[in-house]
Amino acid sequence: MSTMSTKSTENPHFQDHLMEHHHEENFFTKYIFTMDHKMIGKQFLVTGMFMGIIGVMMSMLFRLELAYPEQSFPILEFFLGKWAPDGVMSPDMYLALVTIHGTIMVFFVLTAGLSGTFSNLLIPLQIGARDMASGFLNALSYWFFAMSSVVMVVSLFVESGPASAGWTVYPPLSALPQAMPGSGAGMTLWLVSMTLFIVGSLLGSLNYIVTVLNMRTKGMSMTRLPLTIWAFFVTAILGVLSFPVLLSAALLLMFDRLLGTSFYLSDIFMGGEVLSYSGGSPVLYQHLFWFLGHPEVYIILLPALGISSEVIATNSRKPIFGYRAMVGSILAIAFLSFIVWGHHMFITGMNPFLGSVFTFTTLLIAIPSAVKAFNYITTLWKGNIQYTPAMMFSIGLVSTFVTGGLTGVILGDSALDINVHDTYFVVAHFHIVMGLSAIFGMFAGVYHWFPKMYGRMMNKSMGYAHFWLTFITAYGVFFPMHFLGMAGLPRRYYSNTAFPMFDNLADINVLITYFAIIGGIAQLIFIFNFFYSIWRGPKAPQNPWKANSLEWTTPVEHLHGNWPGEIPMVHRWAYDYSKPGAEEDFIPQNVPLAEGEESGH
Amino acid sequence: MNTVSIIVLVVLAILTLVQVMRISEVSSEIQGGKDNEVSEKDNDTQGRLMLLVGMGFVISVVVMYVVWGRLSLPEPSSEHGSEIDGLWNLSMLIINIVFFIVQPILFYFAYKYRGKKGTKAVHFAHNNKLELFWTVVPALALAVLIIWGLNVWSTLMMPENDEEPIVIELYAQQFNWTVRYSGSDNALGFASVYDIEGANIVGVDTQDAASADDVVTKELHLPVGKPVLFQFRSQDVIHSAYFPHFRAQMNCVPGATTNFQFTPTITTAEIRQNKDVKRHVEEVNAIRTAKGEDVWDFNYVLLCNKICGAAHYNMQMDIIVETEDEYNAWLNEQKTVAETL
Ligand code: HEM
Ligand SMILES: [Cu+2]
Ligand SMILES: [Cu+2]
Repeated sequence: MSTMSTKSTENPHFQDHLMEHHHEENFFTKYIFTMDHKMIGKQFLVTGMFMGIIGVMMSMLFRLELAYPEQSFPILEFFLGKWAPDGVMSPDMYLALVTIHGTIMVFFVLTAGLSGTFSNLLIPLQIGARDMASGFLNALSYWFFAMSSVVMVVSLFVESGPASAGWTVYPPLSALPQAMPGSGAGMTLWLVSMTLFIVGSLLGSLNYIVTVLNMRTKGMSMTRLPLTIWAFFVTAILGVLSFPVLLSAALLLMFDRLLGTSFYLSDIFMGGEVLSYSGGSPVLYQHLFWFLGHPEVYIILLPALGISSEVIATNSRKPIFGYRAMVGSILAIAFLSFIVWGHHMFITGMNPFLGSVFTFTTLLIAIPSAVKAFNYITTLWKGNIQYTPAMMFSIGLVSTFVTGGLTGVILGDSALDINVHDTYFVVAHFHIVMGLSAIFGMFAGVYHWFPKMYGRMMNKSMGYAHFWLTFITAYGVFFPMHFLGMAGLPRRYYSNTAFPMFDNLADINVLITYFAIIGGIAQLIFIFNFFYSIWRGPKAPQNPWKANSLEWTTPVEHLHGNWPGEIPMVHRWAYDYSKPGAEEDFIPQNVPLAEGEESGH
Repeated sequence: MNTVSIIVLVVLAILTLVQVMRISEVSSEIQGGKDNEVSEKDNDTQGRLMLLVGMGFVISVVVMYVVWGRLSLPEPSSEHGSEIDGLWNLSMLIINIVFFIVQPILFYFAYKYRGKKGTKAVHFAHNNKLELFWTVVPALALAVLIIWGLNVWSTLMMPENDEEPIVIELYAQQFNWTVRYSGSDNALGFASVYDIEGANIVGVDTQDAASADDVVTKELHLPVGKPVLFQFRSQDVIHSAYFPHFRAQMNCVPGATTNFQFTPTITTAEIRQNKDVKRHVEEVNAIRTAKGEDVWDFNYVLLCNKICGAAHYNMQMDIIVETEDEYNAWLNEQKTVAETL
């Protein structure tokens, strides 16, 4: 396993080496403490799905509260116990559910579950490597993630309740146990969990970067990489540069909580006395948090965009339109994402000049984003679209990316943000552009690479049903929220009944909750299809979608080291679909150029 | 017992589903069909559905605008508010134009180019002119929005004053608001959490000469047409003072003082006559009477808009905008710090 270089193909002992290991595998080395990137990818996926089920169930519970405020439901008492006396959810529990829902969806599902799964699965397979640069670090990265998930789930059961200060956990609210019950032991566990999570994420990202840079097979120049790999690569760089800042923010918060330091705290009167903190600034925390927080939304989004680029090109049977522009816009988005964090802080009282700078940089991001959207649509133009479930979700992604991206133009404008900041307009915006797009990208990835992961096909008809129900209910949940926001409805409100001016919004909240419940239940179709197909699905052919990239040149049966013989050499980019003069409508990357054929890449 | 039977039911349902799947797969295998390969018929059906549902979505957005457009906040009641709304309308216009062009194109292409046997896609990998075009056009539109936006932002954040604004402190704590007027000297006396004691809930330093004429109250009255400079403090966690009807908002940060200035332009009595507001009140009262709740009369409100704990959802205060005379009369009735502390 130390032969991890591009030259490993030339190592004649590699084969024997593999064989030896094959016989020693038992349940634990194969499924649990594996160092094989394909299995680690699947571990990320299944753990992410598990967390996702928790996160979505939480959203259904608090949607029930929002539609029928302060009413009694036996199901609430069943799940929440003492936090829902007589079946009525308590305000503290509402905030806890929203907080953990946000944390789980953003970090556990769409960072680890999405990027972790597909970076692991696809980086070695698509660049032509036998495994990640370090299988051990890779396994460690998963185990940190797994531990962090366990701690997060355990935190749900502590006496004083889980963290409830919002997924952004702004101090002083999150720093002082007197401020709310959730800021006690639950918050400590939240911080421990996130620390483990960050360590895992850094180990993973470093590995991805090194692997992409050093282990590409012969002929796989950077400009021949599939866009998935570009997306995972840049995502990993974003993670390495931004997660350490969140780690420092979390550690300082931990110090304030446990050691009595005052990094974020000053002049606080609580519980009838002045607390002994002085000189700190809560706004400092926000700067640190959003320095990660904004890149984080692209850490979530870029892998989904990479996946959909690949899926859309393959199933339109066309080259992705404007490959270089697509790579360029990934790089531009990544760069800009580091200098826009202040758009979350326009009304914290920061210097108005800074607000102007952040408005400027934020609106600039719309340009590369627009380029991407137009390029997707042009890729469809005059294509020969094959409607696999993965393709449907990718088209869904383009739609939500456009819808949600457009409202970003409003929120990024400091003057306009004043009146909709922290309202449901924001909830609508980020769920559509980040939540839905990324979830759709994740589904597209699962449907597309399921045959590669499990050697079987998922059921197509259930895939279609899953897509349509999800697409319709997702817009049904989140589009109406814009109108709530424009009516001035703040987010993170346990109930809107305290303000008669919001009484006429109650119907919309009921409608949204119906959509949310149907949409949540529709995910059961996917879960059933997933597990059914793992064991019972029809056997997959080697290249079910007639795709060009290298992962489809490996055998269906997984083997450690990926290719039984030599690693294939690459002669062309990944997008030679429907090339004039070619016999088939696809030419895999390992096929040498025909005589007189121009490569272009 | 209930729980057990639910679990048993779920398990049975899953087993049934598995069997149904099995049978349908076997039967389609017998018929020689490949159940999981995307057929031409699938492409046709799903492509048509794309057009149908996609256009359905676009139309539903139009319907939402028609049906729910009326729910938006009424006309702004502050001077700068109309500038914000102007910029808002322009931005909304631009993004809606893009939305209503791009989404239909997307779904139309999804339908039009659905896979058919025997057709081959067009190999079209890039086109510099086209790509330049859709880089430059958004860039131009954004340039307009950026320049206009920054203009509004700076007039709002750094207002030029012909007359001195009235200084008012808004003091936040879990879960209520307190107001401190600066009195005849228009200067707030020094205050800090270290001076909080008994009735002195906002911690005014009574030794400071400027504090003697300060007025601490639980009511927020504003004179119409006068610039008001709000200074915000919080004693515990971050709160956010949100004045939706005035298009104003600013966080209240413990350990710091933040501020926001605006000029109210419409009195409470006048806004109650606004036709949108009237319709809103009627609508709400129809709902409230049906539920047997008190009728409601419109008031401007101040809301807390930063998560601050259990009762965050109910941290509010009415705002009364009145004529200058009414305002002065009200303020004169209030007791000053010198009188109360
Ligand atoms: C079943 C689908 C979902 C529903 C019904 C749902 C609904 C909601 C609602 C109503 C809120 C509370 C808004 C508030 O009070 O501030 C919320 C918060 C949030 N959701 Fe979701 N959501 C769903 C899926 C997702 C997904 C896919 C993501 C991934 C990005 C996500 C991320 C978040 C975040 C970050 C918050 C903010 C939490 C906070 O305020 O601290 N949600 N969600
Ligand atoms: Cu951001
Ligand atoms: Cu609050």
